[in-house]
Amino acid sequence: MSEQGCFHCGLTIAKNEEINFDGKKFCCNGCKTVYEIFSLHDLTCYYDFEKSPGATPQDIQGKYDFLDNEAILSKLLEFQEGNTAIVSLNIPHIHCSSCIWILENLNRIQKGISISQVNFPEKRVRVTFNSDVVSLKSIAYLLSSIGYEPYISLENYEAGKNNVDRSLTYKLGVAFFCFGNIMLLSFPEYFEIKEFWLDNYKPFFRILIFLLALPSFLYSASGYYVSAYKSIKSRMLNIDIPIALGIIVMFVRSTFDIVMNYGSGFFDSLTGLVFFMLLGKMFQIKTYSFLSFERDFKSYFPIAVTKINMDTSEESVAIYDVVKGDRLLIRNQELIPVDGILISEKAEIDYSFVTGEAVPITKKSGDKVFAGGKQIGKVVEMEVLHSVSQSYLTQLWSNEIFQKNVEQKHKTITDKISRYFTPILLLIAFAGFGYWIFIDTNTAFNVFTAVLIVACPCALALTAPFTFGNILRIMGRQKMYLKNALVIEQLAKVDTIVFDKTGTITTNKKSNIVYEGSPISDENYLLIKNVLRASNHPLSRMLYDFLPDSKRLKVDNFEEITGKGILASIENKTIQIGSAAFIGISDLEAGEIEKTALHIKIDTEYYGQFNFQNQYRDGLAALFLTLSKKYQLKVLSGDNDGERSNLETILPKGTELIFNQKPEQKLEYIKKLQEKGCSVMMVGDGLNDAGALAQSNAGISISENVNVFSPACDAILDAHEFSRLDYFLKLSQKSILIIKMSFVLSLLYNVIGLSFAVTGNLLPLVAAIIMPLSTITIVSFVTLMSNYFSSSNLKSL
Amino acid sequence: MSVIYLLISVSIFVAIGFFIAFIIAVKSGQYDDDYTPSVRMLFDDETKITPQNNNSTIEEKQV
Repeated sequence: MSEQGCFHCGLTIAKNEEINFDGKKFCCNGCKTVYEIFSLHDLTCYYDFEKSPGATPQDIQGKYDFLDNEAILSKLLEFQEGNTAIVSLNIPHIHCSSCIWILENLNRIQKGISISQVNFPEKRVRVTFNSDVVSLKSIAYLLSSIGYEPYISLENYEAGKNNVDRSLTYKLGVAFFCFGNIMLLSFPEYFEIKEFWLDNYKPFFRILIFLLALPSFLYSASGYYVSAYKSIKSRMLNIDIPIALGIIVMFVRSTFDIVMNYGSGFFDSLTGLVFFMLLGKMFQIKTYSFLSFERDFKSYFPIAVTKINMDTSEESVAIYDVVKGDRLLIRNQELIPVDGILISEKAEIDYSFVTGEAVPITKKSGDKVFAGGKQIGKVVEMEVLHSVSQSYLTQLWSNEIFQKNVEQKHKTITDKISRYFTPILLLIAFAGFGYWIFIDTNTAFNVFTAVLIVACPCALALTAPFTFGNILRIMGRQKMYLKNALVIEQLAKVDTIVFDKTGTITTNKKSNIVYEGSPISDENYLLIKNVLRASNHPLSRMLYDFLPDSKRLKVDNFEEITGKGILASIENKTIQIGSAAFIGISDLEAGEIEKTALHIKIDTEYYGQFNFQNQYRDGLAALFLTLSKKYQLKVLSGDNDGERSNLETILPKGTELIFNQKPEQKLEYIKKLQEKGCSVMMVGDGLNDAGALAQSNAGISISENVNVFSPACDAILDAHEFSRLDYFLKLSQKSILIIKMSFVLSLLYNVIGLSFAVTGNLLPLVAAIIMPLSTITIVSFVTLMSNYFSSSNLKSL
Repeated sequence: MSVIYLLISVSIFVAIGFFIAFIIAVKSGQYDDDYTPSVRMLFDDETKITPQNNNSTIEEKQV
């Protein structure tokens, strides 16, 4: 029976907790309530599309109070005029067609909502509502109550209306329009049939072709001129120079041909070229709209906090308005937005987003608390020491590495090749011109232009976009999400890999629990498990999951003392679980202080302790062993070196271990490695790695849940795929190999074309055949090869 | 044969018409989300189909 999942959320239902309602089984009251809401509004079809699609609603009391603040509200709304308002909310839980359906039927549940529209890839819902009838706050509560809690962070506060850049789509549209029509119109010219009416209409066709080529030449290809101009200005020869040169020469010569009535010109090839190159660009941009690679602390920090005024009244204020000396109220599961001093007696703060450490830290009154931690437990008060931008963690973002434009950081492989390609091309063109000028001036000009036209490196320019675009998709399917194609090249070049310890090579999902002490009987295990069940402390949850399943008993008395432990009575026994001090034993007795442990005392007898050790990810040792053959490996950790001996046994010899590193120190360390000439890949997870990730040549962020949070980086890797890191590195190296191979192929085409050009025999028809032919072969070659490598590598693993 | 002028001009204008339609479609954001509409079109007024729900609507009306 208990194997059957909850009708709403699909989780297994615990014994004795099953709720029967309307002939369906639910795991908790929360899920039942959501079902009730849906059935009341005739929305039970929600469960027809997908089996148990829901999420259990979380307790959100007071969480969205800041939405009453007019100033904050106006920043969040996308549009507001009169009583019509539009807001776009990010909802991480959106995952199936049921979600789309229910969110687009919000108007049936809540009056005042007129339209709600889901953007599934971005996991957003755009709600149009009547602000007189319903407030944003009640919409937020409604969404939370049905399990779709919106995620509102500081990022939303500043973003406002972001304009999507669609110029590439327009350019592509224009290019295709011109290309298609010109192809049709130049068809008669391809078959040089001497026919009266064809000759008669030639000028008309040619003028039309010319006119149609203009938008493609002037608008669609404009990006290449700009880029070529920029690269000349900065004295770096990139691939866009020969492309721009080829396009311009082609246009000028074709216009000349038409005006002088020499022939039909190369307008068909010109527009085709522009179209295919733009298509390549489009293909290379594979965006994962539900991921964000540019996140900084803003997307993680809340918009507002509760401030306590002098007269003890509470008020929601925007984070940026918090100043030194303010008193803030932090509720359960709320984030500490600024550095400060704890006023309340005790607090448990979970820094897992910052350090990756799963076990919360206990702070006492008067202790400093740093921004970025999450408060667990009772409401606490704190006094502000620094404003948001000056806090310990957020200061990291004032480092210059975050201001730099990433694109200028690296040089691409195509640019490297074109550094040689461009001078050689010009050399051939001038040589051909110099040779022919003594024979025939007219031919000399023809040859000169023909060389530039035919050598226009469209195939060359297409290889990289199509290879990388394809690899990007292949990796994305295997849960390695890259920011852009440049990252692949960076990955291929890496020679040093730096790992963060906590949260990256260790997992915070499960902990390795070892018991030390006198044996505990089965009955006592049963009691401990039942006591733990009521506690929400992460350590208790971990231990609870660790202990074997047992039946349920009623806990008579339960008291959780923040920062200390649990005191409970069950079956006439008193059970104490908690820290050494709480149990009443000295640290000496408890053994090493550095260990995280839970001590157990039943009645008056002390039994022993459960030690929580770092659990390393599966396949870690094997991964390091394979990687150590090719790369220099280093582990950077913000923790003390308590784990050093343990790590040394797991990791291969020669792996450098560095402990006690602050976020800035991590960044500096990477910088030093780079100054030594290393190409560094950083693998991290928390906000404290953000600096190192940005500084490194390729920053990979490991994420347990890709939808939730990851710091700014070049790639996001699903934590379950961590052990396959070497495969992704290998694949990116292979992709460079593919590009090199297809460079050879495209150069071959260029040589054939050039041989036509240099001898002065390049006819528009030949050009019109060679160009698409080379493009198509290159594209299919590259696609086939990258698919082959990705699957052949898979088998060898 | 001068009808060719007319024919070609007409064909170009038709093409331009489609091109403008494309631009308008892009501008209005129809290509921004290429997944959700494919799911959305499969929904109809599901609530009216099941008889169970019909009952509950009646109940509601009575209230």
